[in-house]
Amino acid sequence: MTMRKLFTLDEIKKSLLVALWFMVLTFPILAVRVNPIYKVVEWRWHNLLMVGIGAFLLSFPWRYFQGHGKPPEKSAAAENQALKNSKILLWRRHPWVRLCAVVLATGLVLSFPFLFSSYQVNIMTTALIYVVLGLGLNIVVGLAGLLDLGYVAFYAVGAYSYALLHLHFGLSFWLCLPIGAGLAALFGILLGFPVLRLRGDYLAIVTLGFGEIIRLVLENWNEFSQGPSGISNIPRPGLPGIEMSLNASSIFLYFLMIALTLFTILVVSRLRDSRIGRAWLALREDEIACQAMGIDKTRTKLTAFALGATWAGMGGVMFAAKTTFINPASFTFLESAIILSIVVLGGMGSMLGVILSAFILILVPEYLRAFSEYRMLIFGAVLVIMMVFRPQGLISNVRHRYRFEGLKTPPEELG
Amino acid sequence: MDYFLELFLGGLTRGSIYALIALGYTMVYGIIELINFAHGEIYMIGAFTALIAASVLAIMGFGPVPILFLAMLLAILYSCAYGYTLEKIAYKPLRHSNRLAPLISAIGMSIFFQNYVLLAQTSDFLPFPSLLPEVPFLEPYAYIIRSSEIFIILTTLVVMVLLSLLIRFTRIGKAMRATAQDRTMAMLLGVDVNRVISVTFVIGSAMAAIGGVLIASHIGQINFYIGFIAGIKAFTAAVLGGIGSIPGAVLGSLVLGWTESFATGYISSDYEDVFAFGFLVLILIFRPAGLLGKTAAQKV
Amino acid sequence: MKKRHGGKKFECIPGRMAALLSSAIFTATILTGQALAADPIKIGVAGAHSGDLASYGLPSVKATELVIKAKNAAGGIQGRPIQLLIQDDACKPEMAVNAATKLVADGAQAILGHICSGATNAALGIYKDARLVVISPSATNPPLTQSGLNPNFFRTIASDDAQARMEVDFALNHLKLKKIAVIHDKGDYGKGLAEFAKSFLEATPGTQVVLFEGVTPGAVDYSAVVQKIRKSGAEAVIFGGYHPEASKIVTQMRKKGMKTPFISDDGVKDETFIKVAGKYAEGVYATGPKDTSKNPLTIQAIADHKKTYGEEPGAFFLNAYAAAQALVNAIEKAGSTDYDKIVTALRTVPVETPLGKITFDDRGDAIGVGFSMYQVQNGVYVELK
Repeated sequence: MTMRKLFTLDEIKKSLLVALWFMVLTFPILAVRVNPIYKVVEWRWHNLLMVGIGAFLLSFPWRYFQGHGKPPEKSAAAENQALKNSKILLWRRHPWVRLCAVVLATGLVLSFPFLFSSYQVNIMTTALIYVVLGLGLNIVVGLAGLLDLGYVAFYAVGAYSYALLHLHFGLSFWLCLPIGAGLAALFGILLGFPVLRLRGDYLAIVTLGFGEIIRLVLENWNEFSQGPSGISNIPRPGLPGIEMSLNASSIFLYFLMIALTLFTILVVSRLRDSRIGRAWLALREDEIACQAMGIDKTRTKLTAFALGATWAGMGGVMFAAKTTFINPASFTFLESAIILSIVVLGGMGSMLGVILSAFILILVPEYLRAFSEYRMLIFGAVLVIMMVFRPQGLISNVRHRYRFEGLKTPPEELG
Repeated sequence: MDYFLELFLGGLTRGSIYALIALGYTMVYGIIELINFAHGEIYMIGAFTALIAASVLAIMGFGPVPILFLAMLLAILYSCAYGYTLEKIAYKPLRHSNRLAPLISAIGMSIFFQNYVLLAQTSDFLPFPSLLPEVPFLEPYAYIIRSSEIFIILTTLVVMVLLSLLIRFTRIGKAMRATAQDRTMAMLLGVDVNRVISVTFVIGSAMAAIGGVLIASHIGQINFYIGFIAGIKAFTAAVLGGIGSIPGAVLGSLVLGWTESFATGYISSDYEDVFAFGFLVLILIFRPAGLLGKTAAQKV
Repeated sequence: MKKRHGGKKFECIPGRMAALLSSAIFTATILTGQALAADPIKIGVAGAHSGDLASYGLPSVKATELVIKAKNAAGGIQGRPIQLLIQDDACKPEMAVNAATKLVADGAQAILGHICSGATNAALGIYKDARLVVISPSATNPPLTQSGLNPNFFRTIASDDAQARMEVDFALNHLKLKKIAVIHDKGDYGKGLAEFAKSFLEATPGTQVVLFEGVTPGAVDYSAVVQKIRKSGAEAVIFGGYHPEASKIVTQMRKKGMKTPFISDDGVKDETFIKVAGKYAEGVYATGPKDTSKNPLTIQAIADHKKTYGEEPGAFFLNAYAAAQALVNAIEKAGSTDYDKIVTALRTVPVETPLGKITFDDRGDAIGVGFSMYQVQNGVYVELK
């Protein structure tokens, strides 16, 4: 379908039908409002008219991009090849371009908190936390191919370990950061053991259940976690001997988060190219073949869960330090779903993609605050549209090729 | 003993409701291996449509029996239409992409539908008229079971039997089974796979609508958020029973209903869901494909 | 009047920088920083406007809009119009922090919100640092005021312990019952209240808490819990939580032939409860602000709401209405948006609201908001004297 053929009589007729269908579809919920107490029916025909016009107009681009947007019959490998050869990627490899990009990015990152308001710094810190979470979950879902719907449990473990350790023993943030990470890793292994035999969606539902169990325990076990009223007055991280104002400490937190993000990127990319990383990829591609090649499945899966959870634990400690108050309401299934969306939208295994999509998915709802009550409606639609038009994710993962003669290709690194 | 019986019947009612929603999950999963997270929202939309239809009809002066039937019919019709449209918009374009893409678009649709109803109708809880007949002769035993609960259990039974018959004996049922087994092969043999998938969504949505109307009139109130929780529970039930298996979904739902009921009755409702999920993990450890799921030989 | 959403345009980054620069120059040159007379006064409204608790947050937005609209129509505060900045926190602490920093960055001069205690708790630190007054219509967690840590926090609702005290006293002294089942909804608000009720009951010799349980909000039915209440032999049920769960439990209890008295809180003292539970709501007790339905201000507020939005007001509407009026009044009496002056005005100058004539005590709780026990009689809440 080309642009010229878009507005033929036939197409217009199709769009009219679509519009009619949506008008019928939305009729009871959008056009009728009943007040069951006063027994009055309110008819809101203008809503229906708007839906009709909207559906009519939107159906053109929808069909156009459906036909055009993605080449359907191209295999993933061919697409990767094409992407690899594309100009942008070649450009990306050019040393000058890389240097410029690094300098520019560093400059932007460093000057950001001084150029923008504390609100911007604050949501940027949140977005960075989600970058770390996304990269962590990427190990489990993107690299090892284990669908985890309860990732938020480890986030909660991290957040509560800082909050509780500080509350009872007065431990500092710096001590709690590794402890939180360690505890989360421990919980990762704890979850990993029973689910070793499960595959695919069975695994998904068990991890979902695990996430819910952690949240429910935090909610009900008052003596341990103070229940739904939560823990307040968690200190922000500081440096010994320096008093910081709120603004200064939020900037400090921002830089801390930048450091943690860089550290995550470094470690995760090293992990990915390591022996264990390649074992994860093998596990994702074909479990049986992977076993046949002599890879220890149990150990590979458990390390994936443990190492994935570690980052969630650190993210959790940062989260508790940032909000200074936590309660179980922050750790619902929806949160897991958002983190999973980050990974999938980023392109399953691609680190740059995950980073980009974390920024998109966390910053978009914040900027959508301008639309007030339509915020979440638009967010849902954005998720669907992005998936429909880019099912392979923002950046589809370019696989490493290990070749004898091809050692010229430098190992791909980010940041 | 009375107490046990009460809990047993309570669990049975709860399980029947889960079953009506879980059947939709399991059918969709069986055909296209997709966890349709927006299925709970279809159930919620069904309930809302029924409420709107019932209120309008009541104002127009219809009697209770025609209201029940017309509202139910409209709820089913609209849920089917929503289910059909949902599949066409959010899943069909993703049929050949990786398995997680439709999952995310399902989550997106779920968020969208919730907020759509929130904005178009109201955020508040709305009273739902009790459409189910309350039969007076049961009154002395009301503390054990109510007529509306019997009605729910019977409806589930009838729906399940009809569904099994449909899948076993009709042409479309045969096509569904074929598609579930091997989509490409079914296509080669002349099965219109797109149509089969659409029909599956429509049937699943119809059952969700029946569930929505029954439960809403049983508990007497709805708001835009009811679909989410019920959806997650029903999905758990479907997995418990062995996802893709229709008797499995019903059995899983009943087991889940009883687990929750007995856990509340004998231990504590604080940890009701912990027991439900804990039980699920336990069963999956010993039967990794659910209660009635077949551990199919893996294709290598 | 300015457009409602005027303050919430997309933030254009260069514009922002320019604004920052110019404001820096502005403050540098004019050290006093006196605002221009026609500048709008910005009031932030934060709370749950999406997600499962939206039905408790949205009515407050409407209440504030009504108050501000009336005030602006009357010429604003000293000629300055009032502008609302509305931010959603979905009742989650992290979103509340984001909403709070956003409000501070957008230049809000006082805050009405947040709705949930947890979210309020998380956001308060930021407001305290920015020296902004916060009035919540619904955050009932006692430490918010009683800890003394939040001098900028005020509320137009009674705290959990006060309500629990009243419910317990009512059950023990008025109804003369000894065996009580305490049920809650596991939430921030409900469980907190139930914990207090339980501790008060346990401190009274001769009484017995026969059951203490939380129900899962949104579950499809509560028959198992109802059976358990029945079996426990409770003579009364004290419920902490909101009306959707309360109406499900009451309906199921009554349908199963149980006549046990049901005592609850002001999350249940809501017209929606009676609408939803219908005839089964009859006889239910609930605590709530003193009956002000004869108060002309209340009648006016509800009539305004019906006229503007075409429906009955929702949860915490009157509390939010009163909070908005108190805030507007305090800013007017203070003569500026200076933090100390507003705080003093809130504490000293009484204001007529739908809840009565109120001021605030040193900790931030409202004085003059009477509290009474209500009972549903013939489909309406009737105050018990």
